Amino acid sequence: MAALSTQPHSHGAVVPVTSRAEHFTSYDVNAFEVPGGREEIWRFTPLKRLAGLHSGAAATGSAAVEVNAASGVTVETVGRDDSRLGTAGVPGDRVAAQAYSSFENATVVTLPGDAKSEPTTVTVTGPGAGAVAYGHIQVKASQFAEGTVILDFRGSGAYADNVEFLVADGAHLTVITIHDWADDAVHVSQHHMKLGRDATLRHTVVTLGGDVVRVTPVVQYAGRGGDAELFGLYFADAGQHQEHRPFIDHGQPNCRSNVVYKGALQGDGAHAVWIGDVLIRVAAEGTETFELNRNLILTDGARADSVPNLEIETGEIEGAGHASATGRFDDEQLFYLQARGIPEEQARRLVVRGFFQELIAKIAVPEVRERLEAAIEAELEAVGA
Amino acid sequence: MATLEIKDLHVSVVSEDAPKEILKGVDLTIKAGETHAIMGPNGSGKSTLSYAIAGHPKYTITSGTVTLDGEDVLEMSVDERARAGLFLAMQYPVEVPGVSMSNFLRTAATAVRGEAPKLRTWVKEVKGAMADLDIDPAFAERSVNEGFSGGEKKRHEILQLGLLQPKVAILDETDSGLDVDALRVVSEGVNRYKASGEVGVMLITHYTRILKYIEPDFVHVFANGRIVESGGRELADVLEAEGYVKYTGSKEAAALS
Repeated sequence: MAALSTQPHSHGAVVPVTSRAEHFTSYDVNAFEVPGGREEIWRFTPLKRLAGLHSGAAATGSAAVEVNAASGVTVETVGRDDSRLGTAGVPGDRVAAQAYSSFENATVVTLPGDAKSEPTTVTVTGPGAGAVAYGHIQVKASQFAEGTVILDFRGSGAYADNVEFLVADGAHLTVITIHDWADDAVHVSQHHMKLGRDATLRHTVVTLGGDVVRVTPVVQYAGRGGDAELFGLYFADAGQHQEHRPFIDHGQPNCRSNVVYKGALQGDGAHAVWIGDVLIRVAAEGTETFELNRNLILTDGARADSVPNLEIETGEIEGAGHASATGRFDDEQLFYLQARGIPEEQARRLVVRGFFQELIAKIAVPEVRERLEAAIEAELEAVGA
Repeated sequence: MATLEIKDLHVSVVSEDAPKEILKGVDLTIKAGETHAIMGPNGSGKSTLSYAIAGHPKYTITSGTVTLDGEDVLEMSVDERARAGLFLAMQYPVEVPGVSMSNFLRTAATAVRGEAPKLRTWVKEVKGAMADLDIDPAFAERSVNEGFSGGEKKRHEILQLGLLQPKVAILDETDSGLDVDALRVVSEGVNRYKASGEVGVMLITHYTRILKYIEPDFVHVFANGRIVESGGRELADVLEAEGYVKYTGSKEAAALS
């Protein structure tokens, strides 16, 4: 497999990569140096807790992949040599490259073209406490396909993977990824999304469980008229590290992207990181993009880092913007609700639920929506907020 | 017979350096069936009085008492005060994104009434109350106060007043920023509430114009953190003619409307 590297990678935090366009990518793990923690793309991540995923840990187990496929949807388990793999994007960091170099089998889910499919659920169960596993999933929405795929990550252990989403011309794909890991789990994941002409992708990441979860969703466009919506919803408890690094690479004209990530944090050492990169290349005239991150800090001891980056190489765009805000719980809202007789705990829950409502309302699968609502309730119960 | 009794109330606000005393000994008793207008210039402490009674955490009670039917209000949490029968219609109602008005109203009514209202009668009750205040039914599905105009916010405060039926209502400059039609609709809402039972009203206002719609039994002039003069309806007329200059030493009209 050819490495698509174009530029040497500069290491060390003192020399930041000047443009996202120069970001180093390679399928080969050995093309990356082992990160030390000061590199720009690793500086927020607690490497010590990654169970060696970044430093060459060999697989000691495997993750179970179970697919509950809707009628018409095909599911294949294929070997590393399947030529379809790796076409949605190239690993952009050492862990993704490690996963790409290490997986044994890949699961390929294909939505039939010119047809509407019911939701398909892919459940990935971690290798178990203390074990390390690598995986690979590809989801393809054929031309004019319309459907939903739910990725449900659960269980224990350390797991790194690449997930590819190929959205063919005119296809509409909805993806909901739920990281509902056990407390010990470590998951480092890169999502590669490639949108064809007039393709639409709605990609939602939900992160609730796990010790460390780091997800890097990367969107590329293969033709005009692509429309990507990336939503994220996370809830970090004491000690949890949740990192989301969406990157939208606008390289085609007349495409659109909208990124909205919202997170709540509570408890000592709860840490959320959001790095939102958008690059509008010279060719991407008529681009319309917006990215937003909001964090709601519920208790002392929690920390959110939020860094939106917008690079624009052409002036001929429809619009581009970003917003980021991290705030504490709004006491005025609490006072208002309490002044109407609503007890404090209930008022807090109303406000937090309200904070996520915008995103939850966009989840079109009722079972998933209810599960998320219940999960948020449970999170709030946990601290008696 | 509900009675709200405020005795020698001193209140400070926590500011950057030292606490600043804003209320300097307020005495006021509001009995069921009475409407008390509290009038005063800007910065006299009228709003502080309302927020202190409601229990806003920004204000510290340094001395004095507030009781509702003999119960110590100051010992209660904010929500307990509301459930005990106090209501504050706020000058600046707060936006709560993502919480629908209908969910909020039902949650509040459930808390105040002690049980969830029966769904069928509740829907009818809310619809009727909204219609009375010329509120478009579509507001029920919008987030609490989010993107509402000033007038829409005030209508919704009075909507809550009608649905929660407190023993004593404090209306903090509910008239401010309302156009003539909205003022009439909101005042009618307050009058319906007054007619609905043995309730007390504390009507805080800067201007006399709302008193053309809501008849006060007592008028109190509030200046420099306390009540400096009390009287009947006629006192409002004097204020309208002469302004607050007598109480503040500066010229500020009471009737700019």
